[in-house]
Amino acid sequence: MTERSLLILLVEDEPQLRRFLRPLLRTHGYRVVEAETAREGVTMAQSHNPDIVLLDLGLPDGDGVEVARQLRAWSQVPIIVLSARGREQDKVEALDAGADDYLIKPFGSAELLARLRVALRHAARGVQVTPGSTHTFGDVRVDLTRRTVHRGEAEVHLTPHEYKLLITLIHNVGKVVTHRQLLREVWGPGAQQTHYLRVYMGQLRQKLEEDPARPRWLATEAGVGYRLRDDPAR
Amino acid sequence: MHGDSEPPRLDPEVLLAVAAREDSERGVLKIFFGAAPGVGKTFAMLEAARRARAEGLDVVLGVVETHGRGETAALLAGLPALPLRPCEHRGVALREFDLDAALARRPARLVVDELAHTNAPGSRHPKRWQDVFELLEAGIDVHTTLNVQHLESLNDVVAQITWVRVRETIPDAVFDRADEVELVDLPPDALLERLREGRVYLPAQARRAADAFFRKGNLLALRELALRRMAQRVDSDVQAYRREHGISTPWPAAERLLVCVGPSPGGARLVRAAARIAAGLRAEWLAATVETPALALAGAAARDQLAASLRLAESLGAEVRTLVDDDVAAALLRLARERNVTRIVVGKPARTRWRDRLHRSLLRDLVRGSGGIDVHVVTGDRDASTPPPERRAADHSPPGHYLWCLVLVAGLTGLGSALFPVVDRSDLIMLYMVGIMLAAARFGFGPATVTAVLSVGAYDFFYVPPYFTFAVHDANYLLTFAVMLAAGLLISTLTARVRMQGEAARVRERRTAALYSLSRELAQLGDRNRVAACAARHIAEIFGARVAVLLPDGRGELVVVEGTDAALVADPRERSVARWAFEHGPAGHDTDTLPGAAATHLPLIAAGRTIGVLTVEPGERQRDTAAERLLETFCSQTALALHRVLLAQEAQAADLRARAEELRSALLSSVSHDLRTPLATITGAATTLLEGGPELPREVHHDLADAIREEAERLARLVANLLDMSRLESGEIALHRDWTPIDEPIGAALGRLEAQLEGRELTVRIEPGLPLVALDAVLMEQLLMNLLENAVKYTPPGSPLAIQVMREGDAIVLEVLDRGPGLAAEVVPRIFDKFVRASGPPGSQGVGLGLAICRAVAQAHGGTISAGPRPGGGAAFRVTLPIGGAAPPVPAEDEQA
Repeated sequence: MTERSLLILLVEDEPQLRRFLRPLLRTHGYRVVEAETAREGVTMAQSHNPDIVLLDLGLPDGDGVEVARQLRAWSQVPIIVLSARGREQDKVEALDAGADDYLIKPFGSAELLARLRVALRHAARGVQVTPGSTHTFGDVRVDLTRRTVHRGEAEVHLTPHEYKLLITLIHNVGKVVTHRQLLREVWGPGAQQTHYLRVYMGQLRQKLEEDPARPRWLATEAGVGYRLRDDPAR
Repeated sequence: MHGDSEPPRLDPEVLLAVAAREDSERGVLKIFFGAAPGVGKTFAMLEAARRARAEGLDVVLGVVETHGRGETAALLAGLPALPLRPCEHRGVALREFDLDAALARRPARLVVDELAHTNAPGSRHPKRWQDVFELLEAGIDVHTTLNVQHLESLNDVVAQITWVRVRETIPDAVFDRADEVELVDLPPDALLERLREGRVYLPAQARRAADAFFRKGNLLALRELALRRMAQRVDSDVQAYRREHGISTPWPAAERLLVCVGPSPGGARLVRAAARIAAGLRAEWLAATVETPALALAGAAARDQLAASLRLAESLGAEVRTLVDDDVAAALLRLARERNVTRIVVGKPARTRWRDRLHRSLLRDLVRGSGGIDVHVVTGDRDASTPPPERRAADHSPPGHYLWCLVLVAGLTGLGSALFPVVDRSDLIMLYMVGIMLAAARFGFGPATVTAVLSVGAYDFFYVPPYFTFAVHDANYLLTFAVMLAAGLLISTLTARVRMQGEAARVRERRTAALYSLSRELAQLGDRNRVAACAARHIAEIFGARVAVLLPDGRGELVVVEGTDAALVADPRERSVARWAFEHGPAGHDTDTLPGAAATHLPLIAAGRTIGVLTVEPGERQRDTAAERLLETFCSQTALALHRVLLAQEAQAADLRARAEELRSALLSSVSHDLRTPLATITGAATTLLEGGPELPREVHHDLADAIREEAERLARLVANLLDMSRLESGEIALHRDWTPIDEPIGAALGRLEAQLEGRELTVRIEPGLPLVALDAVLMEQLLMNLLENAVKYTPPGSPLAIQVMREGDAIVLEVLDRGPGLAAEVVPRIFDKFVRASGPPGSQGVGLGLAICRAVAQAHGGTISAGPRPGGGAAFRVTLPIGGAAPPVPAEDEQA
């Protein structure tokens, strides 16, 4: 991976947070440019063309969600949202507006770096699945071209909806996918019934998780959506 | 301003404006008082207005009657006047004083002529003095005029002197409440002189009476009356002044007067006489009536008469009492003794002497039992007790009953002719007697009398020779007829009386029972809306009326209580009448204020506090004074019950405030401790790192950094808990409920607590086939995390935990179980309260919010949470959540990849 010399745009108005993020990111080989306001953030993104954006949601001159929406209008740059805890609605809005992932403040450096890696990997790979590729997690192997799912040696039968759900999560592995995004992908635009999603996710866990009551891979992000982990919990 | 045909002009805006100004100072009332028309009251009032105007006071003319007098009209020039309100009554165009305009204009002083004027029907108040009182309450000073003959208590005296009965009167209390009275005096000779010069206006219809009225003798008497009334007032002013300034005077032994009022037309006169005597003695006075069984059945006219007399007494300043007893004299004497009455006033009985002998005389009984109490006998009233009940009963019988009597007599006669061959002629009389008794018992006195007469007739016609004529051969039979008739009448009188007493007892019994059941039911209710709804239901039942109860909400707006007839006050005008009643007193239909309204609005008052408004639209059943009084009793019962609930609520609120205060201090001490401890560690570790520099060994370095991280995490948890709690409590968090399988939040919570659960055996047992539950996933995850964290914190490391979920009826029960030391019994009742911490291992203590949040979340979902011992050792936390109906089904799908 060519993590070195990648450029990060940090849009954050809190000086103390920048004070800790700047050296952290630099010591891990990123270059950092900083913006303190939403307007400055958009301008800096246009002028510096960063590889990734760390975006605070509570900016003094505007909503971070609006920044994400504006950036998405012309750029596919990965955006990781930093937000205070408990504002599920804000996170969902930011993700639906085009953000790739979110981190809840306070967060540790390890977590931040992991999310950065995931986002950059997605950006490098693109959304398209290359023919012949497979995805494995735990003892589950998904053949994306043949559209088969194996658990150990045995093939697992998935319904079309279950399969679409799984594929959508695999395409975004490591990232959180909102309820709305999943509904759109699986049931088509305009689908509203989030409880369908919960029911199918339950079925998927029954079929793929070792202990469905304590899922290791298919994680719930309460109030936001689901995430397929790319490194196992525990 | 207002349409001519629109009867009650209720402008809610104006009414509310009046209410808003309630708090400001009451206006000053000045009366220009005169002995007769033409003495120059209006003139004096206008002169005063001009003077005040010249001094810069905002004086406005509300209504002034110049009666075409030139010199008076000249005074009007230059004074601003309110336009009169045109209205129409029976095709006659009238122009009335515009109260709403005056309230809107809000001058410093308003000139309103002729205080005793009666407003055109459809006005807000029937009387002008009521308009004036509303103006005063709105803080507007009022100048007005009044003649002595318009004073209620002098009405009769004036009528006796002048032979002119004045219809427009004002209660003496109005006169007494005036802040200032100026006597406009003109010697009779000067007035007569003016009259001759044509300078006194006389209405056309009064011209005939005028000659009689404006006689020197009359004028002298009226002037004396006016001067005396004025002197009385000055005297009471002096008394008031002395009292206010603490000047003690040898006070005469307090006199107290009791007037006995009965349901007769002379009642009003009697009351006025008593008022005069009381005023002369400067005595308090009471007006009492005794409700006998007969009165309960008395005709509507008599009851209305009685109610009118009592109302009059009340308006003249008497305390009105209604007693219930069979013995009128005894009841009155009992009241008199109880209240230290010194004089009793009764009407002179107008009965003939022989009736007086036959009936017990009230007067005789009163005098005999009065002891040290003086008894005044005044002409006017027939008797303070009820009129003879027999007449009343007869009044009641519908014509059908008389028809039945005819049938009865015919039947008896038929039976008699069948028996005639075998029994003696005189025995047949017994048969008719039975018939008379039957008629009396069934239909009352009137029909029984008719039956008696018919029986005598039939007996004569059919059984006394010569048959089939009314002629009689043997004169002895005439005596037989007379005895038969007398016996029949006696029987019917006695039977009818028994029947009437029974009926009266039944009526009273029914009302007592109704009242009893109301108060019993009210006593059991602890919620003001339910109290109001219950009272409304009872009142609607008993009176056959439509009933609504309005109570003020948090902002003082009157709101109809659910379960009462909201349609009754759907009209904003009705609602504004209710508002008026809430702020001022009874209003609407059948009251003195806004009588054009459809319903009667009664304020619910207990302990001097207006709690709400009872709105009643009378139904089919006839209204009478007894029903009115019963309604009043119901009203006060309801008010008392509401007051009780209100007091309880207030006590509860005070308790809550005290507890909130307690909580606040607990929060402060707890938070300050819990915030300071980690901050101290962080500060200490960071400064050590800074100052120690490179000399610090590497592992110390690491250890200090780790301490900072741990303490920061602890702080983060604390702040998150505090925020969650306050948001949950403030209701800021709107529940985002969605149909969720219960295993999802469980899995999510377990996922987030992986680190803490490390090394613990944890079993999750979820009953298969559970339905989806309407949950807020975020909050439910929080609840589970808090329960699990709590379990981890208070149980030894490595001890097993378990989660169980099952269905119980319409609820899902979720249990978090541990094998720790269990819960101390004294902690259990308070464990879900805020800032309650069980003693646990040192350093493990949080701020005591985790379980409080659990309870808040469970309650927000309409569920409950409890804690108790787990069978086999340890603690069990149990959350019960309602499933919340059935989730919309998820469409099935073919099983294929």
